[in-house]
Amino acid sequence: MSAPILQVEDLHVWFDLADGGELHAVQGVGLSLEPGERLGLVGESGCGKTTTALAIMGLLPPSASVAGRVLIDGEDILAGGEAAMRPHRWVDVAIVFQGAMNALNPVRTIGEQIVESLELHDRAKGSVARARTAELLEAVGIPAGRAARYPHELSGGMRQRAAIAMALSCNPRVLIADEPTTALDVMVQAQILELLDALCRDFGLALVLVTHDLPVVAQLCGHCAVMYAGEIVERGPLDLLYHSPGHPYSRMLFAASPDLAGLDEPVLSIPGAPPRLDRPLAGCPFRPRCDSAFAACVERPRLLPVADGHDAACHLNTAVPA
Amino acid sequence: MSAEPSVLEIEDLVVRYPIHRGIVGTVARRPRRQVHAVEGVSLSLEKGEMLALVGESGCGKTTTAQAVLRLVDPVAGAIRFDGRDLVPLGSRELRPLRRRIQVVYQDPYESLDPRFRVRAVVEEPLLIHGLGGSKSERAARVREALERVELSPPELYLDRYPHELSGGQRQRVAIAAALVLEPDVLVADEPVSMLDVSVRAGVLNVLDGLRRDGLAILMITHDLSTAARFAQRIAVMYLGRIVEEGPAASVVRNPQHPYTKALLSVVPRRDPRDRRRPQILQGETPDAVAIPAGCRFHPRCPIAEARCSAEDPALVRPSSSEAGHRAACLLLPTVGDS
Repeated sequence: MSAPILQVEDLHVWFDLADGGELHAVQGVGLSLEPGERLGLVGESGCGKTTTALAIMGLLPPSASVAGRVLIDGEDILAGGEAAMRPHRWVDVAIVFQGAMNALNPVRTIGEQIVESLELHDRAKGSVARARTAELLEAVGIPAGRAARYPHELSGGMRQRAAIAMALSCNPRVLIADEPTTALDVMVQAQILELLDALCRDFGLALVLVTHDLPVVAQLCGHCAVMYAGEIVERGPLDLLYHSPGHPYSRMLFAASPDLAGLDEPVLSIPGAPPRLDRPLAGCPFRPRCDSAFAACVERPRLLPVADGHDAACHLNTAVPA
Repeated sequence: MSAEPSVLEIEDLVVRYPIHRGIVGTVARRPRRQVHAVEGVSLSLEKGEMLALVGESGCGKTTTAQAVLRLVDPVAGAIRFDGRDLVPLGSRELRPLRRRIQVVYQDPYESLDPRFRVRAVVEEPLLIHGLGGSKSERAARVREALERVELSPPELYLDRYPHELSGGQRQRVAIAAALVLEPDVLVADEPVSMLDVSVRAGVLNVLDGLRRDGLAILMITHDLSTAARFAQRIAVMYLGRIVEEGPAASVVRNPQHPYTKALLSVVPRRDPRDRRRPQILQGETPDAVAIPAGCRFHPRCPIAEARCSAEDPALVRPSSSEAGHRAACLLLPTVGDS
């Protein structure tokens, strides 16, 4: 095992609400990413997966409070604030957002935007920067001649490629992709996933794929962390999560996605909705929706190992058979 | 094929949208151009059947649905509902028929009026159509519609506002508002794509239950795994044409058209051990303004031959597929070929 590039330890993020309450979006998340590793961060809307990604990047809005540790190569960049984060953001860890139209400046060409990010980080200037931009665009499958195009002149897939090229401009080692294909058509989604796969392979990039789409993670990632109500409820190798899940939520999420391989299997929804995070949670947060809840679930379970490198937060794993 | 007559029959439907030339274009007498959104689509839908219309953005699937709802005017073709062609009818004649063809849209966050309680949302269609009799009769029909979408007991939901409901519950309310008119046909345009994965199956199972009770459903979707699981028949559209159509299981397990094959290959499987090389088509669907000559799929087709750029294939039954399964590809041996 090599040393992790990125570690998140006991991360908490909360927002002050107008009525004086607090919304606890992230509650004690821990993650670890080795060089070249591909991790899927999965969960429903509002589970805290995007907030976790933004906290890692130091891009949370001012209304957010953060506690815990985010380490890059062992250095805690959260403790040092913006001054500690700045040398690492885009340089070591970069992010691509859902809906690239919002991530790109509509009044500047995509080439200018990439040149700007290269110059801002003192990577290259002038003609060198322009040549590097052409290289980056080629690497993501955009003909270099399109550098002079504005974002609105490109299709959704091309815009997402441009956003990826911009994220890669400083040669980061970790790429966080937040729902990179959600707004795209299936064929374009497949093209972008193939591109991410190739970039990880060719540049040794580590990937954090933030998504609600488990099958996409299953095809692209080696590891997965499943979030529910601000917490990680299960993490480990994907193969184990699918074939021997340690948490009913992971099992039920897989069963809720229709699959071409199992046309005769029933597709089951998960009843109910996730709990509100502006109130204190008692017991296991998934208990009201769980098909296997039992007496012990009134106590909040901790994330404990169920196998080597596989953790889950469920009392079923520690229950003594009656 | 069952002997039951189709509830809805679309025949050679053509819908085109003009592109505005602007003042400069008009003065310069630039040619008038059109978006060829739907170019000769024929479909039929039976009682108790769900037909999934599948394809990428811009393939014409939503335009086809809008034509069925008579929200756009077709250039040519017929839309027969209950044996009567809707295309030549004016708005006055359409009014009583509109009740019987209802629609559910993609986004339940946009389609429900935020100031209306659930009770009012579901009751409003009855008031508009002057149906439902007395106030208490209407209330009973509203309650019944909510129960049919599994929002029960209805009392729990009647006085709530949309913002107090989850996405899945909102979409059920939207379905109830369509059902309260007791339609024969329900058009569902991407009914679950805005919802969380965990609640999608619930809404789809509700639609499936309604279909079993006899409702005919035309579902527009880009998601082949959903279509495969819930629809009885699948029609795959590309650039305004149906390129393949047939029983859902047959289309999914034994796809004939190269476009269908590619679409199926890129659907991610949920088992991490089931990784296969997807057959990714490069580029994007061409503009529906300049349709390629011959087979409109030939510029992106992995197996295209010279004749594919000259000849426009018809939708016929390939010899290696079961009855009712048709595909539009010149390179497929068809029933009747020797």
